[in-house]
Amino acid sequence: MSAAITLDPRDRGGPAQPLLSVDGLKKYFPVRGGLLNRQVATVQAVDDVSFSVRKGETLGIVGESGCGKSTTARLLMRLMDPDAGSIVFDGDPVGERAGITVNEMRRQMQMVFQDSYTSLNPRMTMAESIAYAPRMHGTPRKEAFDRADTLLAQVGLNPRQYARRYPHELSGGQRQRVNIARALALEPRLVILDEAVAALDKSVEAQVLNLLGDLKSRFNLTYLFISHDLNVVEYMSDRVMVMYLGRVVETGPVEQIYRRPRHPYTRALFASKPTLDPDRRTTEMPLTGDPPNPINPPSGCRFRTRCAFAKDVCAQSAPPLAAPLDGEVADGPPHLVACHLPEAQAAMGANTHA
Amino acid sequence: MLVFALRRLLQAIPILLGVSLVVFGLVHLAPGNPIDMLMPPEASPEIVAQMKAAYGFDKPLYVQYLLWLMRALHGDFGLSVFNATPVWGQLVTALENTFILAILGAALGFALGIVTGLIAALYHGRWPDKLASAIATAGVSLPHYWCAIVLVLACAVLHDWLPAQGMGDDSLPIWQRLDFLVLPVVTLSLIPMGVIGRLVRATVLDILGQDFVGALSAKGLTRWPVLRHIIKNAAPPVLALMGLQFGYLLGGSILVETVFNWPGSGNLLNLAIFRRDIPVLQATILVLATFFVLLNLLVDIAQAAIDPRIRR
Amino acid sequence: MSDATIDTAQRVLPAADAPAAPAPGYWKSVGQRLLRDPVTIIVTLMLIGILFITLGAPLVTNADPYAGSVLARLKPIGTPGHWLGTDETGRDLWTRLCYGGRLSLLAAILPVTISLVVGGFLGILAGYSGGWVNTIIMRTMDVFYAFPSILLAVAICGMLGNGLTNSILALGVVFIPPMVRVAETVTTQSRSLDFVEAARASGTTTLQIIRHHVLANVLGPILVYATSLISVSIILSAGLSFLGLGVTPPEPEWGLMLNSLRQAIYVQPYVAALPGVMIFVTSMCFNLMSDGLRSAMDVRLNK
Ligand SMILES: Nc1ncnc2c1ncn2[C@@H]1O[C@H](COP(=O)(O)OP(=O)(O)OP(=O)(O)O)[C@@H](O)[C@H]1O
Ligand SMILES: [Mg+2]
Repeated sequence: MSAAITLDPRDRGGPAQPLLSVDGLKKYFPVRGGLLNRQVATVQAVDDVSFSVRKGETLGIVGESGCGKSTTARLLMRLMDPDAGSIVFDGDPVGERAGITVNEMRRQMQMVFQDSYTSLNPRMTMAESIAYAPRMHGTPRKEAFDRADTLLAQVGLNPRQYARRYPHELSGGQRQRVNIARALALEPRLVILDEAVAALDKSVEAQVLNLLGDLKSRFNLTYLFISHDLNVVEYMSDRVMVMYLGRVVETGPVEQIYRRPRHPYTRALFASKPTLDPDRRTTEMPLTGDPPNPINPPSGCRFRTRCAFAKDVCAQSAPPLAAPLDGEVADGPPHLVACHLPEAQAAMGANTHA
Repeated sequence: MLVFALRRLLQAIPILLGVSLVVFGLVHLAPGNPIDMLMPPEASPEIVAQMKAAYGFDKPLYVQYLLWLMRALHGDFGLSVFNATPVWGQLVTALENTFILAILGAALGFALGIVTGLIAALYHGRWPDKLASAIATAGVSLPHYWCAIVLVLACAVLHDWLPAQGMGDDSLPIWQRLDFLVLPVVTLSLIPMGVIGRLVRATVLDILGQDFVGALSAKGLTRWPVLRHIIKNAAPPVLALMGLQFGYLLGGSILVETVFNWPGSGNLLNLAIFRRDIPVLQATILVLATFFVLLNLLVDIAQAAIDPRIRR
Repeated sequence: MSDATIDTAQRVLPAADAPAAPAPGYWKSVGQRLLRDPVTIIVTLMLIGILFITLGAPLVTNADPYAGSVLARLKPIGTPGHWLGTDETGRDLWTRLCYGGRLSLLAAILPVTISLVVGGFLGILAGYSGGWVNTIIMRTMDVFYAFPSILLAVAICGMLGNGLTNSILALGVVFIPPMVRVAETVTTQSRSLDFVEAARASGTTTLQIIRHHVLANVLGPILVYATSLISVSIILSAGLSFLGLGVTPPEPEWGLMLNSLRQAIYVQPYVAALPGVMIFVTSMCFNLMSDGLRSAMDVRLNK
C-alpha cells in the first residue's frame, strides 16, 4: 500500500528512517476556577503519546471528539509548546541544539485546518494567501505569485478564474483546495490534515480525498490524516492510530485494525460506525454514555469505566502498548494494543468477515 | 453564585488599591509641595516647616501614602487646607446633594431611554424609529454643560418658570425647593437617555432578529412570554450600561453642578482644584472612584444573577 | 459553528463556472457602502465645512479674533458687521467661532491620536503576547478604568495646572484604557483565528503576522472607536476649558467662549449659546460618522 519512495534531496536517513517520530508527548491544560481563580485541575489533553510516521505513508488518527487529536496536531506544528516529549523529524530532534529549529521543521511540515473559511484571511485573495508563506521566506513577489498560480492549477482550480477571488467568493470545497495549495506552497514533506474534509459535502469530500491522493504521489508526500470518520480513514490510511482521552489505545496497519480490532474501545467505536456492508455488521455493543471528563480521567486504563470487560487490574495500572496477547503475528508494521486482558482483546463480537 | 460574588469582590480589592495609589500619585504630578503653594511667599521658613509637619508633608512619600490610606480607610481625610474644617463632613454633605441629582437624573434618563429604545425597535425602519434614534444620538453628543445653559436660557431667562441655579434656601417650603431640582435633573438625564435608548434599540432588534422570536409580529411583543424573553435577554447588557451611566452621573456631574452652582461633590472638587486644597481633592476623587468601582461590582453580580452564563 | 459559515458561504457562492468577477478589496467595498449612505455623506460634508471655516478662517472673515471694542460689546445676532453678534469684550463672534475651532479640534483630536497610538500598541502587545504581559497591562488599565472619564480628566488637568498641553495630556491618559481594551479584545480574537495559526505554522515571524494579519483586523474596530472617541473628546476638552482647566484666555476656544459668555446670558441669551452649538454639531457629526463607518465595515450586514 505504501507509495514507492523516490529519493528526495532533503531525505537524510533513507527510507527506513521514520520521517517523524514522537516520544512521550504530553500537554496538560490548566483549568482555573474557585475563589482566587487558581488552577484547580488539569485537562490531560495529550498524555504520553508516542508514535512514528514512515516516509510516504499515511497515518490515520481516529477517536471521539475531545480525545486530543487536534491538540496532538498543534503540538507537532509547535503552535503550542508541549509539556513533555520529543519530536524527531527525519532523524533531527526539533528545537534542540543538536537538531533543527522549529522554523526549519515548519518548512517541511505543514497543516490543513478543518474550517476552510476561517483558515483563510478574509482580506487576502487566494493567490495572496498561497504566495504569502513563500514570500515571507524570501521568494521574490513575481515568482511566488507564479507559483501560486501553478499550485492553484494543481489543486484543480483555474488560476485565471480564482487567483483574485476572496474567500467568501468560493465554495467550501474550493476553499479547502486553496488551503491544500497553501500548505503545499512551502514544498513540505509531511502534511497534517486535521479533519480537512469533515466540513464538506459527501460528493465534494470524495473529490478532495482523490485530490489528496493524487498530490501525495505527485509530490512524494507523507500524510498525518486526522478524522473521526472511520470510512474516510480506512480509505486514506496505510496505518491507523486510535486515541482515547489523550492516550493511544491501539495502532497498526489499517487492514488489521479494521478486520480485527483488539481494543474494546476500537471495537465499540467501529460498532457505532454506519455501514452499508452487511458483512461488516457487528453484534458488538456500541459505545454508550459520554466519554469521562478529561479533567479527572479514570486511574489505570482510561476506558475501563465504559468497558464491559473491566477488572481490578484495569484500575491499578495503565496498560502499555504491546503486541496483542493472542500471539497472532502478521507481517509488516506491528499491531499494538493497550489492554491488560486477553479475553477482552479476543472477544469476537463479529467483526470478522463472513 | 456566592463564589462568583466573592471572587468579584476579591478582584475589586487590588483595583481599589490601584485607585488609591493613582489618586495619591496625582497630587505629585503638580510641581512643588502643596504647602509651598498655599503659603504666602513672605511666610517664614519655620512656619512653613510647621505647616508641613502638621499636614504630614515632610515625611517620605510612601509613609505619606500609607498614613493617608490608613486614615482614609477610617473615613478620616484630615482637615481642609483651605478652611481647616474636616474634609469628611464637607464631602458627606456634597455627596448627598450629588446623589439626589444623580438618582433622579438616572431614573428619568433610564425611563426615557427604555421607552425611546423600545419604540425605535418596534417601529424599526419607520419614522418613529428615525425620530427616536435621532433623539438618542443627539442625547449622546450633547455637551451637557451647554444644555444646562440652554435650559437656563429657556426656563429662567426668557421665561420665569424655574430658578436658574442653587438649591434654594432651607427656609423655603419643600415644593418650592423641588423647583431647583428640575433643570439639573433634566440636563443630567439627557446622556443616559441617549445611551440607554441606543442600546435598548440594538439589543431588542438583535433579539427580535433571532429566529425563534422573529416569527412573532410586533403585536406579539405585548404578550407576556415574548416580553419576558426579551427582558431576560436584554436585561444584562442594559443593566451593565445603566450601572456605568449612573457612575458617570455621580462622578461626572462636575460640569453640570458648576453651571447650576449646585453644592455637590463636583462643585467641591472644582473648588478644591482652584484652592489647591489637596486633602479635599484627594478625598473627593477617591470616594467617587470607589463608588464607581463598587457600582460596577454590583452590576456584575446582578448581571450574573439574571444570566447564569455570565458566571465563570 | 462551521455550519453557519458554510451556510453563508453557499449563499454567496458564485455559479460553478461563472466568469471571474473582479473581486473588490475589502476597503473598496467599505468605501462603496459609505458612498451609498446619505447620512454619512452629509455628516462628512458638514465636517469638511467646519474644517474649512476653522483652518481657513482668514478666508471667511476679515476681523481679528483678539481685537475687541468697548463700544461693540455684546451686540445681538444680526448686527451689521457682526452677523453673529459680539462677545463680552466686543470681539466679532463669527470670527471667534471660526478661529476657536482650531484649538477645539486640536484639543479634541490630538488626545485621541495619542490614545490611538499608545493604546493601540499596548492593546496589541497585551493581546498578542497573552500571559503575564497581558495581565500586567490589562490590570493597570482596569485601575484607570475605575475612574469616570470626566473625573479623571479634571483631576489630572487640575493637578498639572491649566493649559492646552495639559488638557491634551490629561485626555490622552483618559482615552488610553478604553482604546487598549478594544485593541486587546480584537487582537486576542484574531490571534486564535485559524488563518493566523496557519501563518504561524508556516514559520512567519510574529511581527510579520501582526503586520499582515492582525493589524488589518484590529485597525477597523480601533478606527471606528477612535472616531466615536473624538465625539466624546470634543465635549470633554471643551468642558475642561469651560471649567477653566484647558485653554487660557484670550485664546479663542469654544468651551472657553461658552464659559465667558455665560455671564452675559441675561443680556444676549442667544449669542451666549452659540459656541455650544458648534461643540454640539461637531460632536454629533463625528458620532454619526462613526456609526456610518461601523455599519459599513460590518461584513455581516452586506450581501
Ligand atoms: N487551549 C485549550 N485550553 C484548554 N483546554 C483545551 C485547549 N485546547 C483543547 N483543550 C481540551 O483538550 C481536550 C482535547 O481537545 P482536542 O481539540 O485536541 O480534541 P479533538 O480530538 O481534536 O476533538 P474534535 O474531534 O472535537 O476536534 C479537550 O477536552 C479540550 O477541551
Ligand atoms: Mg479537533
